[in-house]
Amino acid sequence: MRIIGLAAVLSLSLGAAAASETKVRIGYLTVDQPAPPVLSNLDPAPEDLGLAGAQLGIEDNATTGRFLNQTYTMDETRVPEGGDALAAARALLASSPFLVLDAPAATLTAVADLPEAEGALLFNASAPDSALRDADCRANLLHTIPSDAMRTDALAQFLVQRRWTDVALISGAHPRDTAFADALRASIAKFRLKLVGESDWVFDADMRRNASAEVPLFTQGFKEHDVLLLADEIGDFGRYVVYNTWLPRPVAGSEELVPQAWAPVVEQWGAAQLQSRFEELSGREMQPEDYAAWAAIRSIGEAVTRTGSAEAATLRDYIFSDAFELAGFKGSPLSFRGWNGQLRQPIPIVTDRAVVATAPLEGFHHQGNELDTLGRDAPETACTAFGG
Amino acid sequence: MLRLTAILALLASPAAADEIWITNEKDDSISVIDVTTLEVTRTIPTGERPRGITFSHDFSKVYICASDSDAVQVMDPVSGEIMHDLPSGEDPEQFVLHPDNRRLYIANEDDAITTVVDTETRRVIAQIDVGIEPEGMAVSPDGKIVITTSETTNMAHWIDTGTEAIFANTLVDSRPRHAEFVKEGSELWVSSEIGGTVTVFDVASQAEKAKIEFEITGVHEDRLQPVGFELTPDGKTAFVALGPANHVAVVNAETWEVEDYLLVGRRVWHMAFDRDHKRLFTTNGVSGDVTVIDVEKREPIKTIKVGRFPWGAALRPTEG
Repeated sequence: MRIIGLAAVLSLSLGAAAASETKVRIGYLTVDQPAPPVLSNLDPAPEDLGLAGAQLGIEDNATTGRFLNQTYTMDETRVPEGGDALAAARALLASSPFLVLDAPAATLTAVADLPEAEGALLFNASAPDSALRDADCRANLLHTIPSDAMRTDALAQFLVQRRWTDVALISGAHPRDTAFADALRASIAKFRLKLVGESDWVFDADMRRNASAEVPLFTQGFKEHDVLLLADEIGDFGRYVVYNTWLPRPVAGSEELVPQAWAPVVEQWGAAQLQSRFEELSGREMQPEDYAAWAAIRSIGEAVTRTGSAEAATLRDYIFSDAFELAGFKGSPLSFRGWNGQLRQPIPIVTDRAVVATAPLEGFHHQGNELDTLGRDAPETACTAFGG
Repeated sequence: MLRLTAILALLASPAAADEIWITNEKDDSISVIDVTTLEVTRTIPTGERPRGITFSHDFSKVYICASDSDAVQVMDPVSGEIMHDLPSGEDPEQFVLHPDNRRLYIANEDDAITTVVDTETRRVIAQIDVGIEPEGMAVSPDGKIVITTSETTNMAHWIDTGTEAIFANTLVDSRPRHAEFVKEGSELWVSSEIGGTVTVFDVASQAEKAKIEFEITGVHEDRLQPVGFELTPDGKTAFVALGPANHVAVVNAETWEVEDYLLVGRRVWHMAFDRDHKRLFTTNGVSGDVTVIDVEKREPIKTIKVGRFPWGAALRPTEG
């Protein structure tokens, strides 16, 4: 028993953790964005999308922190459409240098450029825009949501592996759709697939009634193809295309077979535990935005655990060091790209019922980390803010 | 059912060879392997999602974590009948039986709790708050310390079995999965699946003493995910399952150097030795089989098909 007595003393000064309490305060900012009109009423977005993931991240951090005398609190602010997002960000940054954002790209860069954000650690947990990882990047802005390019590269790898090389594309008109279509085209070129035809979704009829009559004719014009890709990120028309195509072809992209940061069907690598913790907390299934917010909060927590510090500069250094690894329930350790602040991560390619594959797929090699076959790699990036 | 039991009893009754018991996580069953013939001789139904498995010290009872039944089942290994359930807390994943042959320390994966159950009174003695997703469980040979590792908190929690309270917490690399006291309890080894390492602690000081790393040409480092491991009784050689790398590493437990990598089935998870430690049986989750390794020659000698997602493994010696 003497051993145990000694141990009790030692445990108080465990590792890097300080004996005194480390308090970590994290801001969470939601900037409401107008929901575009869609044909179906089936899938209303949950009110707490993203936020619930952040709350779970705080709980997970707190459980670990309990053993290290580290506590976590989160201040949440929601800015309605047309509200002053910058003022809200300033207020949150006044009390903490850690800020997780669910906001559009323009707001993210504006917040990152605030004088109050200098030296802060901001996490983009919702905006997939490629530009944020390229020319519009900021050294104080990290990204836990994958870029469109990461998702479309994942899908392209799957198509290559299946030898479904000839693809056709239908794109919606919303800016999210056109951005995703751009990313699909870039991935098609990167992985040497062949785009045999493209159309814009132009219907103004109610497809809930007309899809079986209209879509076959609409897709009849495409040259022979293996797969039909859809860029319908707002979830407007895609569901009416499936099984209504002229040729019997699988549908992929925004609908049916979808590359996602996270999905309720992910269950391997201990993911079932994360899913059940999330469902217990929120009463619903975990979505990609929830996962990204969880990963942001957990990244802060992991860095605090390992360094025993709550200083933004110390945590940033640790997060960008080789030592940082986040166990993200996707089979590989997650880490941040030093050239643009993007969280590198596997991308599950899912249907509503199962994970069909997880990218990077076998055979897609990279000289450094195979996760970097997805999205903007160091030699390609136009981002210079990280000193690259 | 009666008739089936009678047949099972008959099959088991001859002074048979030792057995390796394998839990099949996705088949709700146990496959019993005859160590001499290397064949499956019995398949026994269990509760839902069986994972951890261990025998009482006299081998008269076998304890099974039936995770999705939220119970530890106690089975008569001769008849294969469930004798009773133990209260286990929710989602028991793995456990360890104390040297007193009485207290069972159970990791409740979904609840961030370690439950201590008295197997005689069938009562819960204590519940100890631990980190998120507790899994790895170990007990020191003198019975004074129990370890719970928590997968998402990335710690080994050191529990004083006198007070049933945590007296120390030590950080390890990401997703610790398995823990063992080795070398007469002077060292604690903890595997970290995502970190890709095995951390060696000095038990007296709880200080980190060494870290074992792995490298296989042609296998990406992210796939080198150490999970279960066992040491030879002389404490000189460790066998470490590397999960999706489909290999078992042979580690010199004195220099911490990896000496060999043995190709086994897919997603190799846990393992058990036979009685004289000549053969090692590994559970290969994805391929649904067990690889038999010749310990001295360090080579796989046979693959045995079992149920879906074999997880745990335990030796049942038989007299003869």
